[in-house]
Amino acid sequence: MLKFLLRRFANYLVLVALATTMGYFLAATSLNARANYEGRNPRPSQTSIDAKLNELNLNNHTPVVKRFTRWAGDFVRGDMGKTFDERPVWGEMKQRMGVSLRLLLLGSLFGAALGVAMGVIGAVKQYSFTDHFTTAWAFVLLSTPVFLLAVLLKFGAVKYWNAHVPDSVHLYYVGEKNPGLTGTSFVLLRDRIAHLILPTLGIVLGQVAFYSRYQRNSFLDVMGSDFLRTAQAKGLRRRTALIKHGLRTALIPMATFFAYSFGLLLTGATFTEKIFGWHGMGEWFIDSIAKNDINVVAAVIVFSAVLILIAGLIADLLYAALDPRVRIR
Amino acid sequence: MEVLREAEVLDPDHETGEIISRGRLVWRRFLRRKSAVAGGVILIALFVVAFAGPHLTRWQYLDQDLSNALQGPSGNHWFGTTQIGQDVFARTMRGLQKSLVIGLLTAFFSTGTAAVVGASAGYFGGWVDRVLMWIVDLLLVLPSFLIIAILSPQFRGKTWLLFVVLLAAFSWMITARIVRGLTLSLREREFIQAARFMGVPSRTIIFRHLLPNMSSFLIIDATLNVGGAILAESGLSFFGFGVQPPDVSLGTLIADGTPSFLTYPWLFLFAGGLLIVAVLAVNVMGDGLRDALDPNSSAVKARTRTK
Repeated sequence: MLKFLLRRFANYLVLVALATTMGYFLAATSLNARANYEGRNPRPSQTSIDAKLNELNLNNHTPVVKRFTRWAGDFVRGDMGKTFDERPVWGEMKQRMGVSLRLLLLGSLFGAALGVAMGVIGAVKQYSFTDHFTTAWAFVLLSTPVFLLAVLLKFGAVKYWNAHVPDSVHLYYVGEKNPGLTGTSFVLLRDRIAHLILPTLGIVLGQVAFYSRYQRNSFLDVMGSDFLRTAQAKGLRRRTALIKHGLRTALIPMATFFAYSFGLLLTGATFTEKIFGWHGMGEWFIDSIAKNDINVVAAVIVFSAVLILIAGLIADLLYAALDPRVRIR
Repeated sequence: MEVLREAEVLDPDHETGEIISRGRLVWRRFLRRKSAVAGGVILIALFVVAFAGPHLTRWQYLDQDLSNALQGPSGNHWFGTTQIGQDVFARTMRGLQKSLVIGLLTAFFSTGTAAVVGASAGYFGGWVDRVLMWIVDLLLVLPSFLIIAILSPQFRGKTWLLFVVLLAAFSWMITARIVRGLTLSLREREFIQAARFMGVPSRTIIFRHLLPNMSSFLIIDATLNVGGAILAESGLSFFGFGVQPPDVSLGTLIADGTPSFLTYPWLFLFAGGLLIVAVLAVNVMGDGLRDALDPNSSAVKARTRTK
């Protein structure tokens, strides 16, 4: 069991290292930091541009392999380079990671839990109104891109929610808190939650739809299986049999989907952050591409690769916990 | 009992004893799913509207009607006008064209790549398999959105076909895994073995024997990929990483409309609505196709079980 997880971990680690390397090479060759300086007015002298670019390790005239070794060497020592405005990348990354992780954590937890629950309900009450209703909405949500959903949520919140409810329960759609607000910690917390609801919904809804579809199918498969009939024949109540024996088996394929969907979740969070004005990693990524800020882009690649690694490991752990056959290997 | 040829089956659903071809059977099953038929009809209608629509109005997508800038929907401008007086209907139709065509092409290339890579990995095994699956794993670790966004400065000012190639290049991995799995089980079947012992070259075995035997899966996958590709395209275009101005796609239209989504909702609502409808139609149709083509799929099994 431990050997299995260690082997998976080593495998992931190599993958992350390779993916980051590939990402750095792509970013370093595709983005041209020099253009930022050349576009300035008055235009700086060639030598001063080169000096600045060399200092930041962004000079596109330096061979990319050389730039990468310098970046990787610094990275191993815990230095992720500097942003374009010459602040350490790591300092800003720390803050932004917190912002993103809050969204991602809520998104994946609520998404997976609610999705599985809806899928099970849909399967147990197959062809009931609830089933048709959730299936229809799951299809609509799966067909709605996150950015459109985010805009529609804003639209709905302003036109239909905020217009009809008292000020105290208003939903906000810019940033993660009201900057000027003072008061007790309860007031501050409530303000945070009022800001959190819309962006979280923006990524949770899609995840719920995704999981509920797969969970419904996999639970339907399990419901017809012989071992459940046996369990009931031996005197277990249907509900107990379904939850204790059925759900566990039906959850196994979900573990794999969890790892796959995490990449989607990351992309989705990029959209929600940008649209709801959260200063997280996704927003940073979008802004840095426009600014040709290679070091920041590399940092975001590291961040997302590590998160996908963690998601993969969690998926493996879930897999091992749910499926006893894995543990024997 | 008479012997049936391979392509003919006793109709298992009607149990009339009538002999019909597999194509007829699939078609009948598909028609029985009302939602899937509706999806297909809507999809065709969208294509017709997207390409015929621009001819119904006198405005082109780049025309400016400066005296009527930022007006709501009216008889003259069906979907209203933008800040600089462009006709939203003409722009939306143009965007719909782009999104649909990009979605179709991307899905085609993506599923095609997946089929070739997955079948090669499964058929040859050994180091070919290991290398190809490593590439798949590697590409799965980097979200395709990040890669294409990083590469976007490279295709700025070039043809949108390059964008299609990139979209396809980073969306085939999961399908390839499934194809590989299917190939592994097909590889041991007698007809593949027979072909191999007769000296049929590997390439012919893959294209003539392996892939046609999973055509159902590939058709379903390609259909569902159209939806995924449209979503990916519009998402990238939303941030300016995809279709470049002056050309438009549904994604860029929605991006242009969102800053003023409260005051001038017609700027994004039509494009957004059509985007959802298009992807929904593809997804519902794909779901129906799955039931029709693949009788072993869980949905059909579940239905016969409850009967």
